[in-house]
Amino acid sequence: MPKLPKPKAPGLIGGLGVTFKTMLKGSVTVQYPHEREDPPTRARGVIALKEENCTVCMLCARQCPDWCIYIEGHKEKRPPRREGGRERTVSLLDRFDIDYALCMYCGICVEVCPFDALFWSPEYEYSEAKIADLLHDKEKLGEWMETVPEPEPLEVGAESGKK
Amino acid sequence: MSADFAVDRQAWRHLADAQVNIELDTGDMILNLGPQHPATHGTLRLVVRLDGERVISADPVIGYMHRGYEKLTEFRTYPQITTLINRIDWLSSFANEVPFLHGAEMLMDIEAPPRALYIRTILTELSRIATFMLFLGEMGLQVGALTPPFYGFRDREHVLNLIEAATGGRFHPNFNRIGGLKDDLPWGWINECRNGMKVVLDACDTLEELVAENEIFEARTRSIGIIPREVGAEYGVSGSNLRASGVDWDLRRDGKPYLVYPELDFKVWTHPDGDSYARYWVRLQETREAARMVIQMLDRIPSGPIMAKVPRIIKVPEGEVFVETENPLGQMAYYVISKGATGPFRVKIRSASFSNVSILPWLLRGVYVPDVITILGSLYFILGDIDR
Amino acid sequence: MELAVDVGWGTILAIKTIVVLAIIPLGAIILGYTFLLKMMAHMQSRLGPMDPGGFHGWFQLFGDGIKFIQKEDVMPAESDRRIFAIAPAVVVISTFLVFLVIPAGPDLVVSNLDVGVFYALAVSSLAVVGVLMAGWASANKFALLGALRAGAQLIAYELPLLLAVVGVVVMAGTMSLQGIVEAQQNGAIFGWDGIGNPFIFGQIIGFALFLVAAQAELTQTPFDMPVAESELVAGYMVEYTGFRFLFFFIGEFGTAFAFAALAATLFLGGWAIPHVTDPGWSNVLGPIVLLTKVMLVAFLMFWVRFTYPRLREDQLQAVAWKFLIPIGLVNILIAGALKVAF
Repeated sequence: MPKLPKPKAPGLIGGLGVTFKTMLKGSVTVQYPHEREDPPTRARGVIALKEENCTVCMLCARQCPDWCIYIEGHKEKRPPRREGGRERTVSLLDRFDIDYALCMYCGICVEVCPFDALFWSPEYEYSEAKIADLLHDKEKLGEWMETVPEPEPLEVGAESGKK
Repeated sequence: MSADFAVDRQAWRHLADAQVNIELDTGDMILNLGPQHPATHGTLRLVVRLDGERVISADPVIGYMHRGYEKLTEFRTYPQITTLINRIDWLSSFANEVPFLHGAEMLMDIEAPPRALYIRTILTELSRIATFMLFLGEMGLQVGALTPPFYGFRDREHVLNLIEAATGGRFHPNFNRIGGLKDDLPWGWINECRNGMKVVLDACDTLEELVAENEIFEARTRSIGIIPREVGAEYGVSGSNLRASGVDWDLRRDGKPYLVYPELDFKVWTHPDGDSYARYWVRLQETREAARMVIQMLDRIPSGPIMAKVPRIIKVPEGEVFVETENPLGQMAYYVISKGATGPFRVKIRSASFSNVSILPWLLRGVYVPDVITILGSLYFILGDIDR
Repeated sequence: MELAVDVGWGTILAIKTIVVLAIIPLGAIILGYTFLLKMMAHMQSRLGPMDPGGFHGWFQLFGDGIKFIQKEDVMPAESDRRIFAIAPAVVVISTFLVFLVIPAGPDLVVSNLDVGVFYALAVSSLAVVGVLMAGWASANKFALLGALRAGAQLIAYELPLLLAVVGVVVMAGTMSLQGIVEAQQNGAIFGWDGIGNPFIFGQIIGFALFLVAAQAELTQTPFDMPVAESELVAGYMVEYTGFRFLFFFIGEFGTAFAFAALAATLFLGGWAIPHVTDPGWSNVLGPIVLLTKVMLVAFLMFWVRFTYPRLREDQLQAVAWKFLIPIGLVNILIAGALKVAF
C-alpha cells in the first residue's frame, strides 16, 4: 500500500533547514590547479632513491608484489682500505627503474631496504601523457630525494628509537 | 512463489487486457541492470524479469571483478599479501588486514603489544566510520536526494585524512605487520582524532535530520525489502543487515575475542523491523557508536612498543587457523593454511558481501523496480568484497 | 501605446514575439546558472563552475549550449523520424505559448487575453503531448514506459494546479493576468492598502498547492521518477542527444521560468510595485520587479528539488488524488469566504 506523506511535515522542514544552513556556510572546495592542499608528511606519493646507499642487494626488487623494480648492477674493484690489504669489491648500479604504472604504493621496498636507500616522498603531481614515461629511471628517482621530508616526531607514549 | 502473488498476477492480466492499447501488455520483459550501472555499486549484473513494474525474478550475476585473490596468495609472502588484501573491501581497507594478520600471529604464537592492539582497533573503527559515512550519504542518492552524498563525502574526508596522517595512504593503509604495526602515530594525531570524531558525530546528526527524518525517505524505505530473521540467518546475511532484522549478534562482543574489544564498553544496535529503513538506522547508530568507541580508546591508549620481537625473515610454522571478525560489511573470515614457508599455502577468504548478495533472488520477488534500487542500496555490498 | 515612430500592429507583434523567443533561452540560462549550478553547489558544500568565463563560471551554460549544437544528430534506426524530430519542438512551443500572456509591465505583454489564466494552464498541458511523442518515437521500451509514467503524472497534477488558481481567480474577480496584477496592486488587506493585496496572504494554501503542483509538472524532485530513474535510464529523453536534447533542456528550464512567473503574477503581484502607478516608470521597473519575484519563487522550487528524495510513482499519484485535490477544494471555500466577507 502506498504511504501518504503526512500533512504535518516537521521532518521535511528540518531537511530544508539543513540545506539552507549549508548554503550559507560556504564551501569546502579546494580549487585544485590554483590552490593546493598539502598531504601529510607520511603520505605515499613517490619513491626516491639515494644512490650512494644502494648496494644492489636486490631485496626491494624481490619483495615487490608487482615486480615493478628493475635493477641491474655490476661489481668494481676498489683499492684496499689499508696498506697490504685485500682489494674491496663494491656493487654499483647500472639501472634502477621503478615502473609507476605498476607500482601499488605499498611501501614494502622502502621498508625492506637494509641500507636506507629508498625513501617516501609526498609528491604526487607526476602524471604523464604517455604511459611509458611513468618508468622513472635512476636520475629521476634521485631528483625526488629533494622532496623527501624530515621524519616527523612521534606521538606521546611511543617508544623512541623505533624506526 | 506464494499463492497470494499468483492471484495478484491474474488481476493484473485482466487490467492489462482492459487497456485500450494491448501492445502495452509487454508480458515478461527481461531487464539487464547491467554490469555498468550507477545503482549497483560496481560491476554487479542483475538480470531481472519484469511484469510491467513488478519483478518476477531476479538473478545476480557476479564475477565481473574477480581478481583471483586466493590464487594470488599462494605465491606471495605475508607482507605482500597484506598489501593485496587491502583491496578486497576498498572502503574499509584496514579492517581487511586485521583478521589475516591476527591469524598469522596466532600461528606464530606471537602477541602484538597492547599499544599496537589499541591503535589497530582505533584504525579499524575509523575505517568503519569511513565506509558507513559513505553509505549514509549514498543511500539518500539511491532514493533520489541529491545532497546527502556530498555531506557524506565531505565529512568522511576528516577520517581519511586521519588515516593518511598515520599510515601514509588514504584508502590502502597497508599498516599491519605480523607482530604489530609498521609505525607509531605522528605527533598530535590523538588531538586531531578527537576533533575528527566531533565532526563525525555532528555529521551523523546532520544526515539524520536530512535523510532519516524525511517523510519521503521513510515512505520509500519502510516495509521495503524485509528480511525475516530466520531467512537472513539461513542465507548467511551478516553484519548490520542481520542486526536490522532483530538478531542481536556482533562478533566483536560474541565471537572469539580479538583486538581490544573485550575491554571496551559499547552497545550493539538492533532494530526489529528488518526493512531498508531499519538497515539505514542501524548503520547510523553504529557510526555514532564507533565514534564514541574511538574517543574511549583515545583516552586509554597505553604507551609502549609497536612491534613484538619477530625474526627478520618471517616463516610462519605449520598449522591452520580460522579467524572471523566483524567487518563493516558483515562477517569476514580468513582460513589460513601454512606449511612453514614465508608465505601461506592456501588462504580461503569468506567475504561478507558474497553472502549478503545471495539473498537477492529471494528478496526481490514481487517488488517494484524503484524498490530494487532501494534494496540494493540498503544491503550495502562492495563488489570487490563479492568477487575478490 | 504611444510610440515615437508610427509602426503597424504587425511590426509590434513581430518585435514582441522575437523578444519572447529571446527571453526563453535567456531565462532558462539565468535559472539554470543561478540555481542548478550555483545554488545546488553551495547547498552541497562546493563551489560549482568557477573557471569558464573567468568570473564564477558564468559562461558554463553558454558553453554547454555551443557544445550541444555542434554534436552529431543521432536518431535510432527504428524510430519514427518525423515525430522524433518534432517532439522537443512541441515542448518548447508550449513554453513559448505560456510566455505570451505573462505581463512584465502595464503594456509589456504580447497578448492581454481576458481568459489569460485559463489559456496559460491549457497551453502548458501541451507539453504532455510532446513527452508522449518523445517516448513513443524513441522505439525504446524504457523510453515508452518513462513517457507513460510522465504522462500519468503530468495529467494527474493538472488538477491541483487548476484548483490553486481558481482561488486566485475568485479573489481577483477576473481571469485576465493584467487584471489579477491590478487587483493585487489596488486591493487592500482588511482595509489597509499599504502594500496592496498580494494574494499570497489570503491564499497561502493555494500558493503552496501551486508550488507543489508546478514541481510535479516540471518533473522535478520529489516528483522526478519519470526522468531520474525510470527503468534506471533517463526516461523519455534517453535517445535524444545534441541539439534536440538542448531543446528539452531549454524547455525544462524555460517552463520552470514560466511557472515561476505565473506564480509570481498570481500570488506575489507580478510586475506591480505598490503605489507606483505611473505607466512610464512601471514599464521600466516592471520587468526587473518581475524577475526578482521569479527568482524568489524559483528559489523555493529548486530548494525543495535539491533536498528531498523522490516519491515512487504510485505514492506520487496517491499524493495528487487523495491529498492535494481535497486541499484544493477546501482552498476554494476559503477564497470564497474571504471574498464575500471582506
